[in-house]
Amino acid sequence: MSSPAIVLRARDISRAFPGVQALSGVELTLRAGEVHALMGQNGAGKSTLIKVLTGVHAPDAGSIELSGLLVSPESPIHAQELGISAVHQESHLLPNLSVAENICAGRYPRRPWTRGGGIDWRETERRAAELLASLGINLDVSQLAGPLPAALQQLATVARAVSTDARVLILDEPTSSLDADEVQALFALIRRLRDKGVAILFVTHFLDQVYEICDRMTVLRNGRFVGEYACARLDAHGLIAAMVGREVAAAEKTAATDAAAGDAAAPPVLSARNISRRGQLKPMDIELKAGEVLGLAGLLGSGRTELARLLFALDARDTGDIHIDGQPAELDHPADALQAGLGFCPEDRKHSGIVADLSVRENIALALQARMGLTKFLKLSEQRQIAEKLVAALGIKAASIETPIGQLSGGNQQKAIIARWLATHPRVLILDEPTRGIDVAAKQELMNEILELARGGTAVLFISAEIDEVVRVSDRIMVLRDRAKAGELPRGADEDAVYSMIAASHQP
Amino acid sequence: MKRLTQHMLFWPAVALLLLLVASSLFNASFLALTWRDGHLYGSVIDILNRAAPLMVVSLGMTLVIAVRGLDISVGAVVAISAAVVALMIGGSFSATGEVQSAHPLWMALASALAVAAACGLWNGLLVVKAGMQPIVATLILMVAGRGIAQLLTGGQIITVYYAPFFALGNGYLLGLPVALWIAGSLWAALHLVMSRTALGLFVRSIGGNPEAARVAGVRSSAITLCVYTFCGLAAGIAGLIVSSNVKSADANNAGQLLELDAILAVTLGGTALTGGRFTLAGTVIGALIIQTLTSMIYSLGVPPEVNLVVKAALVFAVMLLQSAEFRQLAVRLARGRAT
Amino acid sequence: MNRRLLPLTVTIALFIAMAVFGAIRYDGFLSPQVFLNLLIDNAFLCIVAVGMTFVILSGGIDLSVGAVIALTTMISASLLDAGWNPYAAMALVLVLGASFGALQGFLIQRFNLAPFLVTLAGMFLARGCCYLISTESIPIDDATYAAIAQARIPVGPGASLTIGGLIALAVVAIAMRIAHSSEFGRTVYAIGGGESSARLMGLAVDSTRIGVYLLSGACAALGGIVMTFYMLSGYSLHAVGLELDAIAAVVIGGTLLAGGVGYVAGTLFGVLILGIIQTLIAFDGSLSSWWTKIVVGALLLLFCLLQRLFEGRTPRSAQGTA
Repeated sequence: MSSPAIVLRARDISRAFPGVQALSGVELTLRAGEVHALMGQNGAGKSTLIKVLTGVHAPDAGSIELSGLLVSPESPIHAQELGISAVHQESHLLPNLSVAENICAGRYPRRPWTRGGGIDWRETERRAAELLASLGINLDVSQLAGPLPAALQQLATVARAVSTDARVLILDEPTSSLDADEVQALFALIRRLRDKGVAILFVTHFLDQVYEICDRMTVLRNGRFVGEYACARLDAHGLIAAMVGREVAAAEKTAATDAAAGDAAAPPVLSARNISRRGQLKPMDIELKAGEVLGLAGLLGSGRTELARLLFALDARDTGDIHIDGQPAELDHPADALQAGLGFCPEDRKHSGIVADLSVRENIALALQARMGLTKFLKLSEQRQIAEKLVAALGIKAASIETPIGQLSGGNQQKAIIARWLATHPRVLILDEPTRGIDVAAKQELMNEILELARGGTAVLFISAEIDEVVRVSDRIMVLRDRAKAGELPRGADEDAVYSMIAASHQP
Repeated sequence: MKRLTQHMLFWPAVALLLLLVASSLFNASFLALTWRDGHLYGSVIDILNRAAPLMVVSLGMTLVIAVRGLDISVGAVVAISAAVVALMIGGSFSATGEVQSAHPLWMALASALAVAAACGLWNGLLVVKAGMQPIVATLILMVAGRGIAQLLTGGQIITVYYAPFFALGNGYLLGLPVALWIAGSLWAALHLVMSRTALGLFVRSIGGNPEAARVAGVRSSAITLCVYTFCGLAAGIAGLIVSSNVKSADANNAGQLLELDAILAVTLGGTALTGGRFTLAGTVIGALIIQTLTSMIYSLGVPPEVNLVVKAALVFAVMLLQSAEFRQLAVRLARGRAT
Repeated sequence: MNRRLLPLTVTIALFIAMAVFGAIRYDGFLSPQVFLNLLIDNAFLCIVAVGMTFVILSGGIDLSVGAVIALTTMISASLLDAGWNPYAAMALVLVLGASFGALQGFLIQRFNLAPFLVTLAGMFLARGCCYLISTESIPIDDATYAAIAQARIPVGPGASLTIGGLIALAVVAIAMRIAHSSEFGRTVYAIGGGESSARLMGLAVDSTRIGVYLLSGACAALGGIVMTFYMLSGYSLHAVGLELDAIAAVVIGGTLLAGGVGYVAGTLFGVLILGIIQTLIAFDGSLSSWWTKIVVGALLLLFCLLQRLFEGRTPRSAQGTA
């Protein structure tokens, strides 16, 4: 049987933004009647590639061919006219309108003037119902979209996307908020569309879903094209290695510290039992001992950040309790966690980390000041002293400590946020992706700094998507998968062990 | 020189300076100061005196705007505060022709301020606890507040005859108006709080990035509540000054359009409506700009109605200058012309 | 019953409850003319509130409507004084009102300015222009206006409606049609439901947003015309604070201040409720008229809190502007 026709061919796509090369030399081939997975970790370039395909960004280099014809989409609407439809993670239905209206918005059937003019609502509902029926979706189109469960909204959104005779359908993380049954309903729809000859690009981080529904996959890493594989030919282990395998061939194995992790008999500094939050994290236990680096490994979507946020009381936990030094602790607000000696360096520094207009000095002093309270004010000279010391220690490149932090590069901003928490001399420091966006040399410095911290008695929870980093610096590794705990590994475990633990359930 | 022009206060200060220069061009004796009746006397003193209530309210508004909030009820709170103090003092003569106050003066003042602060707290609770948008939350008090003030005064203008009360709005201390001393003290007190406590840092971080402030352990809810309460209190102080100045409480007209002037003063002074960085000195300058403008228009013989049009033009100008899209367009047009 | 009709049902129920309360408590409350007077006395508020409904549905706000009404009355009075044809004068002020609104809408859309601030400045500007024309009241003694003002359309035994009231009803009917059956109206709802989603769907968000402010300006001008019938004068102090009443009517009518949900019919009932509060207080005789403001404020609070519950209690990131 000959290979199905190629519908979309993207060749040598490159795209840069100020300060970062998001894509370079990326290839993508989509065939009719095929479900194709786009795989890669955070920062791999998946969303940029989708934006290029849907016309949000123009590529700096490379070409896109649709059924052999060269095209350059200029906007999502234009892309849709060309036949490329996308359903994004943020594609929501308009919650205040009916399903029928959502599907037909912008293309309403009209009554002729002789019959009163205006929108023909009966015809609108009929068309919408017909479309949904043809896709096997069972839904009352006259309902409001808002109260519908996310799964049904998702199906309706997909229906709208294909109602324009799309030849290419891009689904960006469509299953993030769906449960098992709902995923199956979506897959049924995808199979129907596939059988109609639509080329489907499926972006997800759930490995088992990839193997369940996809025929081929393209893997990206750090903006580069790693390879295109048939799902039957690359197992989960190989896939993980392709996505996160280390770039630098021989990384120096940092001498794992032999410094004893404090008094073995003392209760753990931080322990959480049965901690969970509906829809975000399944119940699990975690323990952190003084002077220890606990690495938290897992793929995107495994629940690492969610766990960190629960520990730091940024999100309210549904079940479980937290103990500090063996005593129960009421942590309702990050300020409580701060008082208890915890620190949290968030993953998204732009959104939850830096206050862009404040100076480097003020950003660094912020958490310490917050812990000291309103009236015990850190004098300017003290703030300067603390900031300057940390800037030097972490190698933060800034014109001066008075520069607004928004003007620093991403990596230096990250270092400043870490400095903020170091200034509080925390007993427990949670670092969520601290090395993202930092160059190799600086990463090394940071890792050493983390080890220093642990040697000084701080318990460190180190979260990173770079599994080689986690392996290098951790005393113990906790592995998460699909928002649940997959297991723990002792010091000395290598990356393969981690891959295996993650992949364990994915073996076909 | 570049550093100077980029200073936050540069343009507001220049604007004020230009207005003062223009005023003295139109009126030769504008800047003249004389000593009369035991105090300083002159157009400038007049401006400072009249600007005092606006300064006070605007200082409170500055902090609210800095935490990404807004309070459009301050005018109504001014009316309520004036009503409370007038009621507590009472407007009656005693049999001997000597005027008494129904309650001790300190009690009347304290009650008015307490009620005003409670209004501010009410607004804060709606915003923080009920999660309402600030404009919606404060709209309610703006509508109902005037009704409450009118209820308190029975719809009448309550005249106050108790002389010691007049000192607030009409008296002089060391040659300068008492009202100015009040505004100045409030400014100084705030400045002290900003420089001696972490409040300034916390307010700027909450306004700059509420999520980041929360992650850093700042108690955003408590601080926001305090800020709204203070704004109410400031409106209360302004209400005392205003009613003392006119020796009466007029629930219908007291504080009319004051919230708009206050927001204008804050934005003219350089504080961005999007929150974060703020400047108290800028607000004071902004209030002075508004008052100087009003006085200049009046002294020019231009009908005072022009005032509103000028204020409108100012608001548009400031808004456009603060809009990134507008600045981009202006830059593009400038470049287009240069080529 | 449709969940979306719930707010409207609450509003209508409240209106009926107040009417029943009045009927029980006061004699003569239930006469048809009393109810028609609700519409007659608030005809201009009704028209303005209809325009405001569209603005709020799109997630915006318009604080300039009261000032535009006053400006309309001033310009009308001045034109008539100068001998203009009354219908030409009406046409001109309608165009001016629409243009004023469109200008505000353009600034809001093009430069991403806060609607609250732009329309606030617009309010200053319009009131200022009023004062520039005249600080005194300008009486209108044009024969056509007088005739229109006095005209009464019989609606039943002992009950009649003014032209203003009729116009208000017509505006409500047309607006209901636009909201329900036109692409423009549906796009307004879409913007209120989620601007970015609406854009992704390819809807004409930009031009629609300018359109709602144009509509609001036109309604304000029309309301101003109706007010000139009612007051037979142009005066800068007309309609002070009317924008707040309009917003209150819209909210009490069941429209969410966040946008996206609400019915024009609800606004009509919101206006009637405001009217009935005033009527109840007038009938009582012992309560001072400023109780109206307090009751309106309390109702506003109640409805806003109910709306927060309706939205599911997700705290909004504090923004200073609507």
